[in-house]
This record gives sequence, C-alpha cells and structure tokens, in this order.
Amino acid sequence: MALKDISFSVERNELFGLIGPDGAGKTTLFRILTTLLLADEGSASVNDFDVVKDYQRIRSCVGYMPGKFSLYQDLTIEENLNFFATVFGTTIKENYDLIKDIYQQIEPFKDRRAGQLSGGMKQKLGLCCALIHRPDVLFLDEPTTGVDVVSRREFWEMLKRLKGQGITILVSTPYMDEANLCDRIALMQKGEILSIDTPAKIIQSDPNRLYAIKSSNIFRLLKDARSYPGIASCFAFGDAIHATFKDRSDTGMMDYLHSRGHMDARLEAITPGIEDCFIHLLKN
Amino acid sequence: MPQVIVTEKLTKRFGNFIAADELTFQVEKGEIFGFLGANGAGKTTAMRMLCGLLKPSSGKATIAGFDVYTQTERIKKKIGYMSQKFSLYDDLTVSENIRFYAGIYGMDNGQIRKKTLELLEELQLQKEAKTLVRDLPLGWKQKLAFSVSIVHDPDIVFLDEPTGGVDPVTRRQFWDLIYHATEKGVTIFVTTHYMDEAEYCNRVSIMVDGVIAALDSPSNLKQQYAGATMEDVFYELARNAKRKGD
Repeated sequence: MALKDISFSVERNELFGLIGPDGAGKTTLFRILTTLLLADEGSASVNDFDVVKDYQRIRSCVGYMPGKFSLYQDLTIEENLNFFATVFGTTIKENYDLIKDIYQQIEPFKDRRAGQLSGGMKQKLGLCCALIHRPDVLFLDEPTTGVDVVSRREFWEMLKRLKGQGITILVSTPYMDEANLCDRIALMQKGEILSIDTPAKIIQSDPNRLYAIKSSNIFRLLKDARSYPGIASCFAFGDAIHATFKDRSDTGMMDYLHSRGHMDARLEAITPGIEDCFIHLLKN
Repeated sequence: MPQVIVTEKLTKRFGNFIAADELTFQVEKGEIFGFLGANGAGKTTAMRMLCGLLKPSSGKATIAGFDVYTQTERIKKKIGYMSQKFSLYDDLTVSENIRFYAGIYGMDNGQIRKKTLELLEELQLQKEAKTLVRDLPLGWKQKLAFSVSIVHDPDIVFLDEPTGGVDPVTRRQFWDLIYHATEKGVTIFVTTHYMDEAEYCNRVSIMVDGVIAALDSPSNLKQQYAGATMEDVFYELARNAKRKGD
C-alpha cells in the first residue's frame, strides 16, 4: 500500500515540506494531487477543485516538477519553455517576471538541447517550465536529491523568492536538514504521515531528553555506548553520537565510558533536530 | 600503513575541458576516504579513472599496486563498486544476486556457497534468500548491494552515493556495515551529499572545478576553514565554484 489514510491541508502561500525517505509515498501523493493518478479511497482538493471531478481545472492552476527529469530531451531550452507556455495558452513574455531570476542563469545556453544539460541546469529549466503559466500551487518532487550543498542552498533561496510572489509550494525531500526551511512539514514513512506541524513544534513535542556525546573515536564510542545497560537509543550524528536513556535521570554514562577508556568523552544535553525526531518517531 | 591508491598529477581532458586537473593524493589501507565535491567538479571522472574504466590524459596512478594505464583488468579484480543507481538485479533473488557477483569474480561453487551463508547471516537475511530483490525494502537492498560489492574480498571498495534516499536509521546502519568492513582491512572510497557522513571518514577530499581544493581529516578541515560542521567547510570551498552541473 503506497499511501494509507492521508489527511492534511496546506494553507495558501505556505511553503510546505513532505519529508521522508524513498518509499514514503511522497511521489504517489503528488501524483494524486496533480490529477495524474486516481486514489483508491478518500478525497482531495487543490485550490478548491476536486482532484477527480475538476481535474482539468487543477491542471491549469498547478505546476508540477517530477523527480525524474521529464522535459523533451531533443528540444532546446527555449523550445521546451515555449512548448509549455503554448500548451497553457500563454507566452514566455507574459510571465517572464516570474521566471526571470531563474531563467537568466540558463538563458546563455538557450539553444542547447535539454538532453545535453548538466543536472543543475536541467533542474532550473524544469522549474521554469513548471512556472511558466503562473500556477497558484507548485509541486516539486525531490528537486534537491543528489544535488550538492551549495546548489541546494541556492535552490531554497529561489523557493523563498517564489513564495514571496504569492505561490503556494509543496516540496518533497529526503534531506531532513531542509525541513527547517519550510513553514510546516509532514514527516512521512511507508505511506503514512508520522507527524505534521511547524518544524519548531515537532521538535518541541519530542518527549525524549537528548544528549550529544563526543570523543575522538566515534565508532568505538558508538559501540561502547550501545552496550551501556541504561541506553534507550544511540545513533551517530556527524562528529557526535546522540543518545537517549531509559531513565531520564540516568547519570551513569560518563563513568561507564571512562571505564572503557574514553577518557576524552564529553556529554551535553541538546535540543533535538528534525532528524532526531524522525528517528524517534520511526522507533515508535 | 601501505598505500592502496597513489595518484600523481592525474589528469583527464575532454577536448579543451579539463575534467580532472593534476590530482595528487594517497589513500591508506583500511582508511575510510571521503571523496566530496560540488556537482560538476570532476568526481565521477576521477572515480572512473581510479576504477580502470577511463584512460587518463596524463599523470600517474596505481590502485592496489596496479597501473591505471596498463593493468586495468587486474585493478578490476582488486576493487569493488557500488552505486545508488545500479547494483543488484531486481528480478533475481537475494542468493542469485550473490551467486552472480561471486561467479563474475571467479569464485568456485564451494566458495560461493560458503560466502552466501556468511553474507545472509551477517545481514540477517536468511529468510529472504529466495526473495526477489525487487521485493526488498530499499534499505535492505542497499545493505545487500554493499555486501555483494565486497563478496570477492577486494582491497578497495568504491561507494558512489550509497545512502541516497535512504531513511535516517538505515543510513546509519549502512555506516555500521562500512566500519565492520574496514575492521577486516577493506579500504573505503566513498562519495556522499550528506555532510554528516563526511564526519565519519578518516580523511576527506573536496573537489572544486576539477582540482582537489582541500584534503585532510574532518577535524583539521573544520579548524582550517573555521567551520562548525563539514557542511560549513564544504560551502566555504565550493560556493565560488565556476563549474556547476552534474
């Protein structure tokens, strides 16, 4: 079952994130909302239009950028953009102000075929084509997957500017750190929404008291920390491990680690991030 | 420590375009070496040369002691490779995939039987031995793909974005497998876009515009570039990259 009993709403002009790994159901949900796939049960509307009855009206007021590049490889940048403008009964000129910032970055290559573009350029062209008819709601399916840190930051800057122009944006991503850039998020796994709220509130509602432990050898530390009898969960997080204890007032960990030779180990209470919350939700 | 990868001014040109420009570095046996870079920086080109799949334009390199110009077939026997995109056959079962890869590397039936049992036990996939790989959850697939990539006990395994799209718990379990493999002496050469994973590497190189812009341990890099995290370091080095793309 790709999706089970999904109920949620997105407000106008919200930047809403669907956060989850492959197989969470993000793409299926997007395909239902963009009228490309029929749900077995339940209902959904976009811009007050029903996804089944009013599918044609939805198609003219949403923009959709699939995760897999799906423009015409043998048309040039300009031809692709013109094609999408024409299909929606508009012109590049008419909505140029909306795509200008993004299009200018690829305009020097406008006579190049889409199939010959780099990943970053394809992504920008895809976004332009999804925007050319000035949609009310924009669906972006994993636009930053496989993209480096610098390009990811640039892409989120673009999204912020589009939100500033009044567009409602639903974006999916497997990168938990991008959750903080959204107004609200739904954490998804295996077809279900685990939690849905603002990133700050999801973090607040995590019941665990979380600790970061550092020492010079993370993986030996991880092994030893896991063998501590009072440990509830324990995961590597960059240059530290994040741990929770069965008993919230447990204070024995440091002595335990010292006795195992981690003389330089340090422990501090920390505020969880979205990835911590996701891991805790997965465990329940 | 013996060095399993040694390169000196390794270069690849495509016409006027220098995809990889005078790369000089060494990787030690048993090391976890993070090979990071912006999209378009030349990582894939460099990896293809190191795997013996692409002839360099100039410079030198030896992999497990073999020359990348003249001994590519011997290199291929000494290395393993796993990418996120393709590694296993979806329409073969778990044990058929293991058998297929072990067979390709010339292991005999007895060895294959023994290795299959070992792998299934290590991954706790005994019950799934006859399951088609397409029916496995993504996380299990990735773990199986990794194990299969080292089925022939290679000196080095190249992992190209092995954890893309995988959930946070499975991603960490995957790194447990990597560490387990290094304890047996396998050298890990890994690319990733998850900067927390860069922290798990012994040393990290960061490519920008075809050159290695920085190479050191994560803690030294953070100190040198005054960053709190590897993401800060990466951003500092790559933000002015001229080449952007894939």
